[in-house]
Amino acid sequence: MNEQATQAGTETPMVEMRGVNKWYGDFHVLRDIDFEVKRGERIVICGPSGSGKSTLIRCINHLEEHQQGEIVVGGIPLTQDIKRIEQIRRSVGMVFQHFNLFPHLTVLENCCLAPMWVQKQPRREAEALAMRYLERVQIAEQARKYPGQLSGGQQQRVAIARSLCMHPDVMLFDEPTSALDPEMIKEVLDVMVELANEGMTMLCVTHEMGFAKTVADRVIFMDQGQIIEENAPEPFFNNPQSERTQLFLSQILGH
Amino acid sequence: MSVRPQPHPVGPKPPFWRDRAKRALIFQVLLIAAVAAFLLYIIGNTQANLAARGITTGFGFLTNTAGFGIVQSLIDYSSQSTYGRTFVVGLLNTLLVSALGVLAATIIGFTVGIARLSPNWLIARLANAYIEIFRNIPLLLQIFFWYFAVLRTLPSARDSLSLGEVFFLNVRGLYLPEPLFESGFGLIPLTLGIAVAASIALVVWNKRRHEATGKRFPAGWFSLALILGLPLLVLVATGVPVTWDVPQLTGFNFRGGITIIPEFLALWLALSIYTASFIAEIVRSGIQAISHGQTEAAQALSLPRNLVLRLVVVPQAMRVIIPPLTSQYLNLIKNSSLATAIGYPDLVSVFAGTTLNQTGQAIEVIAMTMAVYLTISLLVSMFMNWFNARVALVER
Amino acid sequence: MTIQEKMLEARPAPKSTVGPVAWLRANLFSGPVNTVFTLLGLYLLYLLLTPTIQWAFINADWIGTSRDDCSREGACWVFVNARLGQFIYGLYPGSEIWRVNLTFATFAGLIAWLAIPRLPYKRWVAVATLVGFPVLAYFLLYGGHFGLRVVETHRWGGLMLTLVLAVVGMVGALPIGIMLALGRRSQMPIVKSFCVVFIEFWRGVPLITVLFMASVMLPLFMPTGVSVDRLIRAFIGITLFQSAYMAEVIRGGLQAIPRGQEEAAAALGMGYWKRMGLIVLPQALKMMIPGIVNTFISLFKDTTLVMIIGLFDLLGIVQAALSDSRWLGFALEGYVFAAFVFWVFCFSMSRYSQYLERKLHTGHKR
Repeated sequence: MNEQATQAGTETPMVEMRGVNKWYGDFHVLRDIDFEVKRGERIVICGPSGSGKSTLIRCINHLEEHQQGEIVVGGIPLTQDIKRIEQIRRSVGMVFQHFNLFPHLTVLENCCLAPMWVQKQPRREAEALAMRYLERVQIAEQARKYPGQLSGGQQQRVAIARSLCMHPDVMLFDEPTSALDPEMIKEVLDVMVELANEGMTMLCVTHEMGFAKTVADRVIFMDQGQIIEENAPEPFFNNPQSERTQLFLSQILGH
Repeated sequence: MSVRPQPHPVGPKPPFWRDRAKRALIFQVLLIAAVAAFLLYIIGNTQANLAARGITTGFGFLTNTAGFGIVQSLIDYSSQSTYGRTFVVGLLNTLLVSALGVLAATIIGFTVGIARLSPNWLIARLANAYIEIFRNIPLLLQIFFWYFAVLRTLPSARDSLSLGEVFFLNVRGLYLPEPLFESGFGLIPLTLGIAVAASIALVVWNKRRHEATGKRFPAGWFSLALILGLPLLVLVATGVPVTWDVPQLTGFNFRGGITIIPEFLALWLALSIYTASFIAEIVRSGIQAISHGQTEAAQALSLPRNLVLRLVVVPQAMRVIIPPLTSQYLNLIKNSSLATAIGYPDLVSVFAGTTLNQTGQAIEVIAMTMAVYLTISLLVSMFMNWFNARVALVER
Repeated sequence: MTIQEKMLEARPAPKSTVGPVAWLRANLFSGPVNTVFTLLGLYLLYLLLTPTIQWAFINADWIGTSRDDCSREGACWVFVNARLGQFIYGLYPGSEIWRVNLTFATFAGLIAWLAIPRLPYKRWVAVATLVGFPVLAYFLLYGGHFGLRVVETHRWGGLMLTLVLAVVGMVGALPIGIMLALGRRSQMPIVKSFCVVFIEFWRGVPLITVLFMASVMLPLFMPTGVSVDRLIRAFIGITLFQSAYMAEVIRGGLQAIPRGQEEAAAALGMGYWKRMGLIVLPQALKMMIPGIVNTFISLFKDTTLVMIIGLFDLLGIVQAALSDSRWLGFALEGYVFAAFVFWVFCFSMSRYSQYLERKLHTGHKR
């Protein structure tokens, strides 16, 4: 069955969630989440803090475990099976709010780690690949430095390159710019825009509404663990339907 | 002090007691004078006291005959040996119990520390109980407990506890069989050496192969099999050229085999268990110091669990763990001096105890004893500086 | 386009993920390996606890006056009971014990005042504890003034001596430690190297050798004919030893104070001692308290070593009682009692320092 689903090709959604529910202890974080991401689609998720948006994307690569419902990534249903989780993670790249680069490894080693140990590439190949991606995020000249020697924006670009080295089918961005100083946000967003223009499937949790307007195919607004509104960026920003969305947008665009 | 080097101010010179540089100079000169005066005072007193007691200073006593026995010695020693030799015997005994203590404390400490982080609630609680109990009871009390309440209440030699009539435990100590090697035995260490060399070569080759082709195989397990298997194979092939000298009960005591005195056992147990509780806490906080984000990032790159630990968590945790760990080792070495309370013949017990009492050369003996510990401390802190400089995470 | 106007109510988590059964499954039986560990742990607990409880409580004898009142099947707490006075007060004369009690009650009151966050005038109470209390304790415990009879130090012992040693060591070490720490940060090369050598020397040698030194070398250093009380010798050794460790704790605290604080004080025209005494040290001391408590715990445990130079602290007096021919064979009871007393003190202090550390950390988070 899975075989068939994969062979159906472009028609299979990249990520599919049906009736997903999650609790932290007694706290109901995700409530009846239903949505799908098509291949090549770029989605921005926004919402007030604590609305469950980070939890949502962290469920996709099983950094968080959901308790009810179904998640299918690239045609593979997510279960407790470790092999399957690793298989899914290979096709899902993730960029974190706090970069999470490995401080004991150089930039280049950070990028080569997974290709060498997971995809069993020779070091030379892995390094060539890493250099290619580091050049794309315009940081190749820092390859021999350690993360601690880089600025926040540079670190986040390295983190993006590190994920790209695994040739992911979809990239998850968990508030990639909220830990950055204002002057560094642009350099990271530029890389993300470029990535979007190349056709990467992307799911971004972010408050950068400018980014959402220019890049997103769809914008999703979440509150209290559920998807409140989902629309193309233009109607979403110009004509929000739900009261909560209106309130949120007025707060975030107000200043 | 935020006194920064400043350009010399222009303008009228201040009086010398308000000039910062001069004030520092005067203060330091006064300090030197005070220390010197204090030293002169005690040296004078000491000379007078020594003269009054008829004690001559100097290290000449080290060549005199000691005239007392020592229950455990790693080198040849009899009561005819010199005081100098008692120093060496004591030092070696200190090093012996310290080395074995460090080994055991590390094993117990890492096990308990990792167990403390176990997802299994019961195991984590048990590990925590171990830590909280043993680190909050004075070491000397623990030594006494093992020595007087456990080992000294064991049955006499006739009623020894035994394991398979080969190992015996009684109030006089632990008796182990001693291996006696026959002529063909030389082959075994030789094959062991070959196996170790082969394993190293294997690991290096595996690393190179991984770099070059991306492929690798579990070299660690192969090496282990090689190191254990090869000597064993040779041992069997040569017909096991070892005989065991099993301790025998003759009269009131055991003859033959290896004897481990209860003083050693008690000190070793207490030192290991006590220090392990601190090491466990260091290991726990070291692993916990690695932020969860590191593990998550590695998992998101689809590294399997064992590689997350090996490539991301352990290398970072070890940087946090090793400095406090070495200072615990140092503490263990210093704490081994508590041996003197139960009569294990360590440096303090033999040299700063018996030798000092017999010769009365307090200053020389205490100075030599302290010098030993200071040297060890110095070596360890030199290692720490080297280590920190080498592995410290590069920050801006 | 989807719009969800109606908000979903939060539902309780499915039964399988909350409640005691789910807790058990998640924490004790989450897989075959974990189940095995849990069972092994339970078995270990059973092996350890059953004989312990039987020995210490079920089969134990509590009431009586001599060893004949003990059945020998379980613990003979009669022994501890009969010796309790000695274990706590040493050989302090019975009619004067109120002086010890008063001293400790005062001390407990002061410490409680310092430890309870709500109470005011912390600084004055701290000064009273560090300066006033030792003087008061001296007059009360030693006597010789105000109509109190002198109780020679060789009669001091037990828990009382342990506490006296630890507190005196601490109170003596604090000012020396502060001076050493300041000296080590000094830019005067001779002052700095003197402090470094002093600190590293005491930290590099075991306390036993220090006590040996204090007991055999100190008499040599004194003018001929002057003898020093054995307890004073121990005090000197312990204080010097402790001050080196204290200095390192204080240095750590000083390093945690941002440079700007001192610069701001300097900008206000304060001299070195004012900058340190009014601005830097008060802030640093607050951050050092957990570290100071931790060194106090080590010191408290280390005071047991004085028995090696012939003083009878709690462990020493227990050890001495064990060789009493009327009470032979109760080593276990004696050690368990002493261990319990030490443990209660050290454990509660370490909990307190952990609590302070947590409080400090949350206070400094942005």
